[in-house]
Amino acid sequence: MSGAALVLRQFRFTNKAFWRNPASAFFTFAFPLMFLVIFTSLLGSGQIKLNTFELDAATYYVGVMATFGVISACFTNIAIQTTFARDEGLLKRLRGTPLPAPAYMSARVLHAMAVGAILVVITFLFGLVAYSSPLPTGTPLLEFILTFLVGSLAFAALGLALTVVIPNADAAPPIVNAAILPLLFLSGIFIPLGDDAPAWIRTVAGIFPVKHFADAMRAGFLGNLTVNTPLGTIRVFPFDWMDVLIVALWGIVGLVLAARFFSWEPRR
Amino acid sequence: MAERVIDVQGLHKSYGDVEAVRGIDLHVERGEVFALLGPNGAGKTTTVEILEGYRERNAGDVSVLGRDPARGGVELKRRIGIVLQSTGVDPYLTVRETIDLYAGYYPSPRNVDEVIDLVGLAEKRNTRVNKLSGGQQRRLDVAIALAGDPELLFFDEPTTGFDPNARRNAWEIVKNLTGIGKTIFLTTHFMDEAQYLASRVAVIAKGKIVAEGTPGTLGGRDRMQTRIRIRPPDGSPAPSVDGQTRLPDGSYEMRTEDPTKAVHDLTSWALEHGYAFDFLEVTQPSLEDVYIELTGGEEGRA
Repeated sequence: MSGAALVLRQFRFTNKAFWRNPASAFFTFAFPLMFLVIFTSLLGSGQIKLNTFELDAATYYVGVMATFGVISACFTNIAIQTTFARDEGLLKRLRGTPLPAPAYMSARVLHAMAVGAILVVITFLFGLVAYSSPLPTGTPLLEFILTFLVGSLAFAALGLALTVVIPNADAAPPIVNAAILPLLFLSGIFIPLGDDAPAWIRTVAGIFPVKHFADAMRAGFLGNLTVNTPLGTIRVFPFDWMDVLIVALWGIVGLVLAARFFSWEPRR
Repeated sequence: MAERVIDVQGLHKSYGDVEAVRGIDLHVERGEVFALLGPNGAGKTTTVEILEGYRERNAGDVSVLGRDPARGGVELKRRIGIVLQSTGVDPYLTVRETIDLYAGYYPSPRNVDEVIDLVGLAEKRNTRVNKLSGGQQRRLDVAIALAGDPELLFFDEPTTGFDPNARRNAWEIVKNLTGIGKTIFLTTHFMDEAQYLASRVAVIAKGKIVAEGTPGTLGGRDRMQTRIRIRPPDGSPAPSVDGQTRLPDGSYEMRTEDPTKAVHDLTSWALEHGYAFDFLEVTQPSLEDVYIELTGGEEGRA
């Protein structure tokens, strides 16, 4: 069997098993929507001031919750599920079969990306129906898709890299949450982060990939929003390649660390 | 000479300062069931995991199916099946799906339903793995190892933690595999398991092989002294036979290299005096006796 066929076959079995754990599947999809509803309900139909532009709170949260969904699917879930598979000896068993390690990992990452993509679509459709949030078209849509691909791969690589420091399955959820939750808060996912945010928060957010990913996702999602200025019509949220580049660099770092230190056997 | 499926010379393996394996030589021929028998911490799992390709060795020559397992890669893995001590599977797939998934990794897998029948899981074919009992999950482990139709199967302590029934079942499955021409390498710390399953046994203690042979001849067991125990009826004098020891319960024990004569002497003495023994027992040294002697009666490092 060719490499691609092996990956596809592994993907099919991974997917089959995923949907047979209804609780897990349900919460994976319900979580970002739940946050979306909570945040928009709390902030009502208010406006969020980002720099000089005022944006519907609902539209803002539709964008960031799509980002949050991708990070959950590709970073949080991969780190936790891979640690469990490692601790149960599933990875060790696979290591004793002819299945090439990259085929297994690719299938796992592709599945996480597929879940992330479904989450984005659900969030956007929910936003469109419930809050009349706009959907991106044209170039912004392509920018969004590119950001999604780079970001989901990068966060998956970082999730795999994080398993290196997780000693056992019990420790996986707290460690993964400790790694990602502060960054979600510091990067404007749960609370909007404007230019008036404290300098240290902006510095920290600028180092890590979450804010860059969220900014690029938003630039794509809201890329069709423009304002007229004396200098002409410009995008409210311009797409910055630097954001994508920084996310990609983080992904490469994650991949290198994972390739070097990843453990296929339970660590005790 | 039969083909050597596994050949190990001078194998050494250390973890830090701890020498887990200290110079092992062993070989396994095609079609054999070979048991590596030893107490916990003797180096069994280290040895089998080197053969399986999980661990690098520090020194020694190791050949598995003509390849070095440390560099055997996919080619070697296609020809072996591994049953580890504890391994996970996806709990949400069924028995059949799980075996099918693994069978797909191999170039010429065994028919999935045939594998299911071989391990006795036919009735659980469409049951999800998380609904299986412990014993059934172990059968599934064997089934997964068989999925690729390997020539050589490794079992690391296949029945540790089993109840007696489950052990018997597991043993029958292993016996079935020899019937279809598989070579089997197993590790165990149960003497009876080695005795029942293996055609050849090597005893490992503290990282070294201390004896090797068939279960019947291991450690010179066939040449060791036979033990005879009798209990004369109450009130009778001690039997006039050499080398006897009186035990606290009033019976006598003697060890001899000539049990035919010793039993004759004892029964003649009894008949002459009109005694009937309360009991008479003649035992060959058990594999357990040999084992305890060989491994120093020590449990070793857990």
